[in-house]
Amino acid sequence: MSKDIRIKRGLSLRLEGEAEKELVEAPRSKTYAIKPPDFHTVVPKMVVKEGAKLLAGDEIFFSKYTDEVRFTSPVSGTLKEIKRGEKRRIMEVVIEADFQDSFKDFGKMNAANTDAESVKQRIFDSGCGAFIKQRPYDIVADPKDSPKAIFISAVSTAPLQPDWGFILKNKTKEFQEGINALQKLTEGKIHLSVDKSSEAVLKDVKGVELHRVSGPHPAGNVGIQIHKINPINQGERVWTVDAEDVAVVGNLFLTGQYNPKRTIAVTGSEAPGKIRKYYDAILGANINELVGQVDSSVRIISGNVLTGTKLSNGQYVGFFDNALTLIPEGNQYRAFGWLPFTYNKIHSNSRTSFSWLFPNRKYKPTTNLNGEERALVVTGEMEEVLPMDVFPMQLIKACMAGDIEKMENLGIYEVAPEDFALVEYVNTSKLEIQDVIRLGLDLMITEVG
Amino acid sequence: MEWIRQRLDKIKEPFGKGKKYEKYAPAVNAIDTFLFTPNHTTQKGSHIRDGVDLKRTMITVVLALIPALIFGMWNAGYQHFTQLGEVFTFWEALGHGALKIVPMIAVSYAVGLGIEFAFAIFRGHEVNEGYLVTGLLIPMIMPVDIPLWMVAISVVFAVLVGKEAFGGTGMNILNPALTARAFAFFAYPTYMSGNQVWVSEASNVDAISGETILGTLAAGENVQYGVMDMFYGVIPGSVAETSTLLVLAGALLLVFTKVGSWRIILSAFIGAAIMALIFNSLPSLGIEGNGLTNFPWYQHLVIGGLAFGIVFMATDPVSAAQTTKGKWIYGFLIGFLAVMIRVFNPAYPEGIMLAILLMNVFAPVIDHYVIQSSVKRRKKRVKTATGQVETAV
Repeated sequence: MSKDIRIKRGLSLRLEGEAEKELVEAPRSKTYAIKPPDFHTVVPKMVVKEGAKLLAGDEIFFSKYTDEVRFTSPVSGTLKEIKRGEKRRIMEVVIEADFQDSFKDFGKMNAANTDAESVKQRIFDSGCGAFIKQRPYDIVADPKDSPKAIFISAVSTAPLQPDWGFILKNKTKEFQEGINALQKLTEGKIHLSVDKSSEAVLKDVKGVELHRVSGPHPAGNVGIQIHKINPINQGERVWTVDAEDVAVVGNLFLTGQYNPKRTIAVTGSEAPGKIRKYYDAILGANINELVGQVDSSVRIISGNVLTGTKLSNGQYVGFFDNALTLIPEGNQYRAFGWLPFTYNKIHSNSRTSFSWLFPNRKYKPTTNLNGEERALVVTGEMEEVLPMDVFPMQLIKACMAGDIEKMENLGIYEVAPEDFALVEYVNTSKLEIQDVIRLGLDLMITEVG
Repeated sequence: MEWIRQRLDKIKEPFGKGKKYEKYAPAVNAIDTFLFTPNHTTQKGSHIRDGVDLKRTMITVVLALIPALIFGMWNAGYQHFTQLGEVFTFWEALGHGALKIVPMIAVSYAVGLGIEFAFAIFRGHEVNEGYLVTGLLIPMIMPVDIPLWMVAISVVFAVLVGKEAFGGTGMNILNPALTARAFAFFAYPTYMSGNQVWVSEASNVDAISGETILGTLAAGENVQYGVMDMFYGVIPGSVAETSTLLVLAGALLLVFTKVGSWRIILSAFIGAAIMALIFNSLPSLGIEGNGLTNFPWYQHLVIGGLAFGIVFMATDPVSAAQTTKGKWIYGFLIGFLAVMIRVFNPAYPEGIMLAILLMNVFAPVIDHYVIQSSVKRRKKRVKTATGQVETAV
């Protein structure tokens, strides 16, 4: 049975540089990396030293405060380097691949016929637990919790976001097995949301409640879907998993191997047309193997333009990202950029430029802030792009003030930074709103837990 | 442009981080960012940003004010020459008004921006653009003959007490432009009301009838202007508020660009119309009423500063209600109260100023109750959720 969710408020940005729907084998990286900062709040404890030989699926570090959550090597090879940042914080664990593809054998398992405890143990031991995120707070899940439901979004609405239907086309068998396994983790339901493209691929998946989602971005955000389907109340936990990672979990149960395949789409106006494709790669791949050396006038983003992370040459695709986006840096001055109805090639959700007259135009945005940070003055613009029963401006102010009771009342448990990405985009005052929400969530973690 | 850029970079050098004049950087930056949108790029969060910024928003409001302002200049001359019975051309009228009004604008901007710059340097933040609008609004809502020093003192009061005392742009409770007018109104009443102040240089001449329509009505006399005169604005009044037609033209731009809230504008006009209709219906209930209560409701909408206040000052996003529902309530009450104050309090012939200031004070309360209804919904959901768990156990 499926239910329809129609989102009305939001904004679908059309950008230049969509990836062509052609799946090619990615060139194998010499090095791969797992980046602990991708897992918010996780304090890594290394279990292997530099130089250790690893199989794909061998544990490399675990989370200090939730030690059941293990992080394993995506490929077989040698642990080459542990890169540390300020205060000796581990920034990257780099593994040199040996191209042998030798896997640690976890043993095949039929998830549907196995008890819940063993399934859970298998998922977290193999490193697949890292794929599971918890709401509220948008952090890595704690296996000791029992979530009230699990949510999977296969809806692509973010700008230049890869098409889930295309990614999952040849992975339906693994996907179904992954669902069978995830079912053991919750007493509640598994909610799978699909758009037109992914519905064609996933409509026969069993054991899920299917939701047809339509509307502008952020309709594809799992947080918006949770809010519409079964909102989170204080004290409750729900888990979310990215759609392709469900197939990795399924593959683990089918073959006994942890083989974190990741389809990565190379997108963005600065990516040459011939490399703008979908690549069949492995988690943590080196970006230069995919896009070559990138000029400093180009911003490399792991993920999409709204929520991704800034990378530089030689770094690695983020753990949860399935796109590499290249857009021009915008470090240029613009004479009289504030004049209304000028610079119409820069998109604006307000109508102070004529860009709204051309809803089908594809934009080529730069990373320019298009202004400077100011006090919050304009009202009403945030509500237009946040389809939630939440007062965004008031919540942001509560987060800035660190007022826990207000944050709770205004729905902090239901939001994640990514849900505020569009709010940040349209904000006239150019505040870093995703960061504000992240800090607010962090405060809730320490104060409420 | 490239040459100016290079010069600017050179001028800015001693104001850089760790340099001698670092403290004064906000002042230089304000001028620089006026000429060039800076080269700042996104560092955290969303990598791309909308083309709009606060400068553009504020300039849009200034653009919306320009038609009413130019008309106001012409009307100042028109009122002056017709009341004196002199013959004049369009340009003479405009010139007469401009000579009066441009100095007021200059004083307002010089004093106000001076304070803004000083506070930006003192507090170490960039200069906010809000004063671009406030500084133009203040002369537009003053009587044409007000001495410049009074404009200056009103501006000082508005910016210091109305805005900076609360923490600066974005934190003020009252609309700064109206704070300035209210200050002048109570501090210098003889310059702000009566029948001598609304026509340029009227006080020098005897036997001039420079009364505003509301003043005439409050005095219990008959109005000598036609409805279309009121709508076009060829009537005495504050500098630029008389022409409902051109105010509506500005409103169109504000609503079209989504800079001004159409909800506030519409609900305020509805509120004013309803209040006026209630007064209009008094005779049918057997109550006689007076000139003000019996003044037709649609004429109530076009006279005085009602339209100007609703379009340009009630919609000030900082001092207005911030929630969607709240905006409806806030706007409605402004219109409703404005007409009520007009009718019930002949000492304040125009009620819009006090109505907006009053609702500015109540806007946070309105928002509080709107938000509280959502909070209650959320708490109720928690209750039912825990209730279900209990019954399941």
